[in-house]
Amino acid sequence: MSNGAFEPRLIGFLCNWCSYTGADLAGTARMVYAPSMRIIRVMCSGRVDPQFVLKAFSEGADGVLISGCHPGDCHYQEGNYKALRRHRLLTKMLEQFGIEKERFRLEWVSAAEGVKFQHICNEFTEQIRKLGPLNWNGGKHEQSEA
Amino acid sequence: MSKAKPKVAFYWCSSCGGCEESIVDLAEDILKVVEAVDIVFWPVALDFKKKDVEAMEDGSIAVSFINGAVRLSEQEEMVKMLRKKSGLIVAHGTCSHLGGIPGLGNFWNKETIFNRSYHTTPSTDNPDRTVPLEKVVVEGKELTLPSFYDTVYTLDQVIDVDYYLPGCAPPRDLILNAVQAILEGKLPPKGAVLSPNKSLCDDCDRNESKPEKLVITEIKRPWEVEIDPEKCFLAQGIICMGPATRTGCGERCIEGNMPCRGCFGPTDQVFDQGAKFLSALASILDTNDEKEIEKIVNTIIDPAGTFYRFSLPHSILRRRRMEAIK
Repeated sequence: MSNGAFEPRLIGFLCNWCSYTGADLAGTARMVYAPSMRIIRVMCSGRVDPQFVLKAFSEGADGVLISGCHPGDCHYQEGNYKALRRHRLLTKMLEQFGIEKERFRLEWVSAAEGVKFQHICNEFTEQIRKLGPLNWNGGKHEQSEA
Repeated sequence: MSKAKPKVAFYWCSSCGGCEESIVDLAEDILKVVEAVDIVFWPVALDFKKKDVEAMEDGSIAVSFINGAVRLSEQEEMVKMLRKKSGLIVAHGTCSHLGGIPGLGNFWNKETIFNRSYHTTPSTDNPDRTVPLEKVVVEGKELTLPSFYDTVYTLDQVIDVDYYLPGCAPPRDLILNAVQAILEGKLPPKGAVLSPNKSLCDDCDRNESKPEKLVITEIKRPWEVEIDPEKCFLAQGIICMGPATRTGCGERCIEGNMPCRGCFGPTDQVFDQGAKFLSALASILDTNDEKEIEKIVNTIIDPAGTFYRFSLPHSILRRRRMEAIK
């Protein structure tokens, strides 16, 4: 943000078995993609507690990505289905808080899909750049200084 | 004269009065409390004024029980004063603990709430469009009202709180236990919620009726079905906050054949009750098909208002984004 232009801050929760390995592939293959994604490795997309997503938004994230194995490929059988159900319900709830559904994404990226990960990062970054910063403050600092 | 009795204060902020009622509901036990302590401030029941509290020495009140959320500047001022004058502050009831029902105001702001209250409710007759002003001059004298904040706050977002008495309203035995613990000096570590740290399901009589694998294929609202009074609510497709809610309430709602709505807030292990319940509910929806999932999700009419019915100001996000309110 050195020149004052908005640079999106994205948080990505990537599962250890597929998506993190996919992101690693993008890295080792030296694919170039937007540097806005901060990756957090989790053992499974089903491990992502909705509290993690809310915390990310409340502490400065402009967008949050959860990425897991393709349906049917979950290392733990059905963690990614749990992530899918939570994502749909949480998306609906976030809209009630005024957080647009475009800011919260769920994607399936396999260990072989470095290119897909590259595309997702670029596309998500552009989408958030258009939406603008979230600047979450939760109504703090309204009280008197007394 | 024997040793002076400890001084106790009661105060109310944004609340319905139910917490005051919970003190009166101690019935004859309140006499024991009155015997053991000196009540020095209790606006709802006794005629003390703000200046009486102002005149007290700092720290001279042993404990202040404060109920209600904080949404007005006056409430903020009063609780800050009571903090200075008190050794202990107990957040009494859900509203001061988590924000409570008044906390749902955080889906709106001052402007939209005023507009609704003073202009657009069907029963409003206000042709001059009068709204309360913070300052008005009448016959050369300036009259003032407290400011109304856009956001409702929990008590601990405004002052340091020592203990929390959960519940809407807190049940009598929890209040008595708390008073006794204070009088005997047998208090748990600071910041404790004075109710057992396990979920309501652990104590629920209907837990036995829960199937081995609990799944939901369709969400129903309580009025849409005849509720089986023996069976787990979630197993009947009715949203029950029990899994994400602290126990200690005595299951008053469950016994009345209504599901838990979450007034006791989360256990110590969880910060955000609504998010945790969302997580639990989503994981028991009985389908892996994207379209089916969306269909069930659409039957949950108001997820935020349901999951955060009592805890919106205490949640991670705390309120709806101001820019998103029209």
